[in-house]
Parts: sequence; C-alpha cells; structure tokens
Amino acid sequence: MNASASLPASAPAARRGGGFGAVLPWLLLALLAAFPLIAPHFELEYYVGFVRRLLIVMIAATSLNFILGYGGMVALGHAGFLGVGAYTVVALVDAGFSSAWLAWGAALVVTAAFATLIGAVSLRTRGVYFIMITLAFAQMLYYLGVSLRTYGGDDGYGIYTPLSLGGWLDAQPNAFYWAVLAIAALIFALGSRLAVSRFGLALMGIRDNETRMAALGFPVFRLRLVAFAGAGAVAGLAGALLASHNGFVSPSMMHWTESAILIVMVVIGGMGNRWGGVIGVGLWLTLEEVLKMYTEYWHWPLGLLLIAIVFFAPRGLAALFGSKGERA
Amino acid sequence: MDAIFIIEQLLNGLGYGFMLFLLAAGLTLVFGIMDTMNLAHGSLFMAGAYIAARVHESSGSFVGAVLIAILATVLIAAVIEILIIRRLYSRDHLAQVLATFGIILLADDAVKAIWGPSPIMAPTPPALAGPVQLLDALPYPSYRLLMIAAGLLVAIGLYLLVNHTRVGMLVRAGASNRAMAEFMGVRVGRVFSFVFALGAALAALAGALMGPISAVQIGMGEAILIPALVVIVIGGIGSVRGAFVAALIVGLVDTAGRAFLPPLLRAVLPPSLAADLGPAMAGIAMYVLMAVILTLKPAGLFPARA
Repeated sequence: MNASASLPASAPAARRGGGFGAVLPWLLLALLAAFPLIAPHFELEYYVGFVRRLLIVMIAATSLNFILGYGGMVALGHAGFLGVGAYTVVALVDAGFSSAWLAWGAALVVTAAFATLIGAVSLRTRGVYFIMITLAFAQMLYYLGVSLRTYGGDDGYGIYTPLSLGGWLDAQPNAFYWAVLAIAALIFALGSRLAVSRFGLALMGIRDNETRMAALGFPVFRLRLVAFAGAGAVAGLAGALLASHNGFVSPSMMHWTESAILIVMVVIGGMGNRWGGVIGVGLWLTLEEVLKMYTEYWHWPLGLLLIAIVFFAPRGLAALFGSKGERA
Repeated sequence: MDAIFIIEQLLNGLGYGFMLFLLAAGLTLVFGIMDTMNLAHGSLFMAGAYIAARVHESSGSFVGAVLIAILATVLIAAVIEILIIRRLYSRDHLAQVLATFGIILLADDAVKAIWGPSPIMAPTPPALAGPVQLLDALPYPSYRLLMIAAGLLVAIGLYLLVNHTRVGMLVRAGASNRAMAEFMGVRVGRVFSFVFALGAALAALAGALMGPISAVQIGMGEAILIPALVVIVIGGIGSVRGAFVAALIVGLVDTAGRAFLPPLLRAVLPPSLAADLGPAMAGIAMYVLMAVILTLKPAGLFPARA
C-alpha cells in the first residue's frame, strides 16, 4: 500500500558506485582518523572525546536505522540493549577481567541473546503494540539494572581503570578513539552492504508488504528476527563502548526517553538511508553540545527543530515519508 | 503483614488506578479516534499539577486551584491542538511521536523557565489533611479517599457521556470506524477537538489531584505517561471501558507489587537476594502483565474496533 512512497529510501543505496558518493565515506574516515592528531594544534583536545562519543552513538543509531528504516520496526526500546551491553562490561570488570576486546565481544554475544528472546516475543505484534511491547521490555531491563545492587543499583557503577586494548596499544593515548572509529566504520560498511544484499531487500519487501513476501515463500518472521537480534547486538556493542568511554554505567542510560531520542536522531537524519544515523546523531548531539554552552534552556530549540522537521522537512530528505497505511 | 495493611495498600492501588484512568481516558480516545499518538499528554498532566499547586498556595482555595488548573490546561491544549496536533492526523505514527516529543521538550523548558528547575511542594488542603476512621483499626488519609471518590465520579460521568449522549455516540462512532463515521456525515475533526480538550481537562485534574501526594517536578509527565500507555494498550486502544478496567488492574498490580512482593520474597528467599529482587519485580510487574495480556489478546481486553 505504501510501496511507491518508500522506494526513494532504498534507491540511493542501490545506485551508488562512482562519483562523489563513493569517495565521501573514505574522505570522512580519513578526516576522522586524523582528527586526534590535528586537534592539539587548534586546542581542540576536548573535542576528541566528544567525537568519540558521537561515533559510539552513531553505531547505536545505525543499528536502529537498520530495523527502523529498512525493516519498518519502530522499536522504542533500543536503549535497553545499550544497557545490556554496558552492564555486561560492568559484570566482567567487576569479576576482574580487564581486556576491552573480551568485554566488547561478550557484550555483543550477551545482547544478541537478549535481543533474540525479546524479538521472538515482540515480533508477533504489529503497529503500536510492537512499539509498546519493545518499550515494556526496555523498562524491564531498566528495573533489572536498578535492582542490581552489586553493581550500584540506581547510583550506577564506576569503571575506574580503563579497559586494556592489549600490548602496545595501551601506551597510545588515541588507541581507544581509533578502535571506536574502526568499529563505527565497520558497522557503517556492514549496514550499507546489508541494505543492498538479498537479506536487506527481503527486509524492505517485508516492510512494504508482509503478506506478499510471505506468499512468495520468504520466512518473514525469521528474517525480521535475525534483523532485530543483529541490530540489538550492535546496540549492545555500542553500549559496551559507551561504558568504556564514560567509565560509568547507570540504569538511566536505559530510560525510555533515551530510546525515544535514538529514534528521533534516526528520523531526523533519514530513515532507511545509510547516512541517516550518522547525520542525525551528528546534528542532534552537536546542537545539544553547542546549546548547552550558551544556555541552560537547551531543550526548547531542539523541540522546535523536531516540530519544524516534522512539518517542513521536504519528503526528499528521505526522513518523513510514509503514510497512515504504513505500520511498524 | 496484616489485614489492615493489605486493605490500606489495596485502597492506595485503587486511588492510583483512578488517576491512571483519568490520564488514559483522554489518551485512548485521542488514539482511538484520530489514530494519533500523543506523547505530550504527560506534559498536560504536569501543567495541571504545577498550576494547581501554585494557585492553591497563593489563593488558599483547593477547589478553585483545581478548577483554574483544568481551565488553563484546556486552553494550553487547545493552542497545541490548533497549532500542531491538528496537522498530524494524516501523518504516520512516527511523525506524531517525533512532533509530540518535541512538545515535551518545549514544555519541560517552559516549566523550568516559569517555576524553576527544582521540584515544588503542593500543599494538601487543610480540611483533608487528617485521616478518616474507615474501620475501628483502619485510619485512612481523607485526601486519598477524595482521589478515589473523584476518580469514581469522573468514571461514572464519562460512562454516561460516552454511552448515553449524542456527543458520546459520535465519539464511539469515530473510535470504532472513523472513515465510516465521516461518510455518514459526522464532523470527526470537531468531535476530535472536543475529545482532545476533554482529555486535557482529565489530565489536568489527575495532575492537580496527584500533586499533593507526589513530587511536582519536571519530568513527572514522562514518568506517568508510560503506565498510562500500558493501560490503554491493555484495555484496548480506543475503549474507555477497557481503559477503566485496565487502569484499576494496573494501579492495583503496581501498588500491590511494591507493597507485598518485598515482604513475600523476604519470607522465601535469602535476605540479600530478596532485597535485590523485590523492587525489580515490583517495577516489572505491570510490564509483565502487559506482555502476557498482549500474548493472549493481541488487541487488548476490550478491542474498540470490530
């Protein structure tokens, strides 16, 4: 019912190759890789940490964009998966492990398991009920975090010694930044690849017409579940990175408004566009950072921006297409 | 844990349930009729609480404060409806979530600018400050009884309005099949404006009544919005009757969970484990309830749409 309106989302991804569009990611990657080396010359050291946080949130947003934009699943509980990843790191640190790679890998695996279970239940519902049930599971994870008194409960848990990246990397002050950048680039590339793969196309088909895809013999439920679990796992990885970045984990990172803001960032940037997560996170967090410098009332300009985007953003932004017919 | 304690907690749950119903009734009708997801409903609740607390403090009249809070909130809601919500009907849920989330951000900063960032105290009306002897051994705060009574009155009033008046008939027609109602000549847009204002009034009433027994602070709207959404999903979107039943269930489950689960767990589990699990299970109870009900009845207990 909505097939024609949704097509522009996939078109840019399908028609890339050649021109500026092909160079842009590499250019951006080079620029970001060089940033920590350039920054000290302009007294921008503070912003190395800021950009690192941007990159981590971009990983989470890109994973959400995959199920939201390509899969049409409005999951209002993505922050819960970030929390699972972060608490996996906390559990390992508390148990005495210090390897970053082990902690991040474990976060990926544990969150994938959680996301598979949650997806298996949630994906049986549609529309608003799907939104609500993903929210409900995230709330359960939130209260689970609050109840984990060994890990600080409500007050959170501080990771005081930075995780070890191993060997000579630990002596290099920017190693964590580059590790985050490498992971973010990998996830971005993976997302772009998947979007034009058989899997991604099938997912978009399901988004646009589930019944037809089922009739064509696609295992609709399983495809959606794989996408949901994969996106959840990547969000868990982002959560683990965020835990290492902040050196602190608390249940508040799983609050439902965090999930809502992730959706907001993806939609601002452009759902179903491989740049959606990157643009949305970049714009939102940069605005937040800048506004906070000038005023303590930094919410309302963002609120106005949101409303303005809903009403005035042209459909060409690939962000706000769709009609009443389309449900999550 | 004795019988008195249990009755007391069940009454508290009933009161909370009625307050949830006041919020959910407006939410479920807006959702049911215009298929519009309004996250900013919680902000109207917050507006009602702040205005009532401030007016009560400066004027000394509780009834006057509640009435002014309702009136002012309905005006605010009308402005929001005309400027923003009215343009969202034809958009998808995501656009609605986005725009109304924008309203939440605006509202929170507006409240911060007007009343400051720290929570304010909402005074309990002096006449209702003392307890009432319900039974010989059961004193109960009279203010909480007022909440239950007010909730019950509003529920009866809504029942009569929705089921026994012409406006109510139009509202039900719009909720069960909007397109059909439009074809039959119902001006659904006008009905919706009425319903939105009514929902705002009920949200403001809930906020004004909840103020003295909870913290009046920024973010209170977001905190209560989620239980209200759980209520309308359990009850079946668009059904006032469903919202009523679900609100009482959720209110009782949530309050009972917080009151009874920790002592029960302490009786069967080692103390440290019970202390960890108790609050978590109490907080989770309502969401588990929702997940179970949605698994058994995917469209809620009382689906409004045939």
